[in-house]
Amino acid sequence: MSVDWLIPALLTIVTAATPLVFAAVGEVVVEKAGVLNLGVEGMMIIGAIAAFATAVSTGNEFLAIIAGAGAGMLIALIFGVLTVYLQSNQVATGLALTIFGLGLSALIGHSYVGKTFDGLAKLNIPGLSDIPVIGPVLFGHDALVYLSVVSVAIVAWVLTRTRMGLLIRAVGENHDAAHSIGYSVTLVRLGAILFGGAMAGVGGAYLSVAYTPLWVENMTAGRGWIALALVVFASWKPWRAFFGAYLFGGITIIQLYAQGMGVEVSAQFLSMLPYIATILVLVIISRDSARARLDAPACLGKNFHASG
Amino acid sequence: MKFRSKLATAAAAVILAAGVSSAVQAQLKIGFVYVGPIGDHGWSYEHNQGRLAIEKALGDKVMTTYVEKVPEGADAQRVISKLASSGHGLIFTTSFGYMNPTLRAAKRFPKVKFEHATGFKRAPNMSTYSARFYEGRYVVGKVVGNMTKSNVIGYIGSFPIPEVIRGINATYLAAKSVNPNIKMKIVWVSTWFDPGKEADAAKTLIDQGADVIMQHTDSPAPVQVAQQRGVWAVGQASDMTNFGPKAHLTSIIDNWAPYYVARAKAVLDGTWKSTDTWDGFKPGMVQMSAFNKAIPANVVALANATRDGITNGTIFPFAGEIKDQAGKVRVKAGAKADDGLLAGMNFYVQGIDGTIPK
Repeated sequence: MSVDWLIPALLTIVTAATPLVFAAVGEVVVEKAGVLNLGVEGMMIIGAIAAFATAVSTGNEFLAIIAGAGAGMLIALIFGVLTVYLQSNQVATGLALTIFGLGLSALIGHSYVGKTFDGLAKLNIPGLSDIPVIGPVLFGHDALVYLSVVSVAIVAWVLTRTRMGLLIRAVGENHDAAHSIGYSVTLVRLGAILFGGAMAGVGGAYLSVAYTPLWVENMTAGRGWIALALVVFASWKPWRAFFGAYLFGGITIIQLYAQGMGVEVSAQFLSMLPYIATILVLVIISRDSARARLDAPACLGKNFHASG
Repeated sequence: MKFRSKLATAAAAVILAAGVSSAVQAQLKIGFVYVGPIGDHGWSYEHNQGRLAIEKALGDKVMTTYVEKVPEGADAQRVISKLASSGHGLIFTTSFGYMNPTLRAAKRFPKVKFEHATGFKRAPNMSTYSARFYEGRYVVGKVVGNMTKSNVIGYIGSFPIPEVIRGINATYLAAKSVNPNIKMKIVWVSTWFDPGKEADAAKTLIDQGADVIMQHTDSPAPVQVAQQRGVWAVGQASDMTNFGPKAHLTSIIDNWAPYYVARAKAVLDGTWKSTDTWDGFKPGMVQMSAFNKAIPANVVALANATRDGITNGTIFPFAGEIKDQAGKVRVKAGAKADDGLLAGMNFYVQGIDGTIPK
């Protein structure tokens, strides 16, 4: 059997993983700051429709991505105001955000059903993209794929190597302590939530502008929830979330290829594999309960009030 | 005088109110349960077109409501019961997975009429209806068998249920009849609707040599991928030309409107009976969208002749002799497959590679 299928499979894996990378890495920052935002799916779909509407009406893909990020941020702001300032329950508010996002996007998207455009162009770097094997795999993607890698690197660097990262983690680990030494817990959390919204928005924009340049209701089809699972899977580490997204995308795509090649495995079983992998990793990382406690931000999901 | 006029006003008001309430009683409330969003541009979209056709045809005599994106399972039970208990006289449940929930609701609400799409369980107040999409797929098979250069047809399956398997077999039999070297590559995505995954499956099939992409899933994403990669595609449920003007050969269109209007009228007339309807080209429940201009005239002529033949009963897609993969004769030479065999089809015909996932 030849390995000709390997390169196209790798290319497809990259497109399948990229929206997950954006959303998961954004959520890592949010959760590191101690906020559990279950509204990733809602923010993604809002980003998807905003980007698609912009792309169709202006024809400018750069603007479309900005619109996706902005729209994700805007709806995240609602969540931020509700949970950080009005002390509403994070889990319930996050779930509501998802339902709200799905409904609102369907409403806005009503007149965009059936429209289409060419989609985000692949970067073609003369010379580099033509190298056999390595060329298409490393240099044959659209700009957002590279942006996703860069953003993971930046988030990882900021979280572990900078003062800002220390502050975010402090707020997530012990908000009372952070408050008592004079940092604004609310501002840090709001900033993290907005960043997470923008990233989820870009992830959604990737779906509607690059992955499948069309708009249909509910087109995120649960990817926001997968991104949330990936954050835990990655034990709140950006690079692990990145590899988790590729592992997840990889298993999904490989099972399609295996079927096409006539490998006799049940399709349902293969579709289940990525989720089994997530559960297995969850079991493994939480085996040592002390370690798991170290990994999860201690104040995750807890609201902060200066009086308290 | 004053008193009398007041009395008259009151009487008029009573009469008016009575008139309004009797009008409300005569109005038939019709509920629809959709598995996808009505904006899916496919399956649920076409059912919703049928609902709008009822409103257009029957106007004030009916009032329609719909619930979209209802998962098959416990939620469906809740939604169907809610519709039945809130005064709906006729309820259409439009996905195979609603079969058991609909049956349970039919037993609980004997006065409400139920119409379940694509299932096989019936009750005195529960009809079933479906379309012979395989007739459309047979016509498509004749087209794709002629259009492919690589002789590989890529087929995106949702779930291995008889409906989908029948479509695969019909396509293969027709394609094989015009192109003996035809091969089918089938990929199951275990979903009716996930644009991303459907696109991935299309890419996979094209990478593995398919130059025609067919789908039994609901989003237009595969047609779009075919357009980008420069191969052919066949749309599903509604016209998908928009998403790939060059790639789109044709689509099989579900046209529920005539059936829906007829059934609503039957309830209004009091002539509704529990029936099992399975219609194809003949009453227009299945239609073909316009053929791509790139298809040679003789192929279009063949497709049209096939459609006409099926319509007037001279061509039968599952005419014998048909063998399954193991070589066992399933339909004898000279015979036609009966509806029982078609409805429960759980085998690939001889010549298709691979096995049906269990």
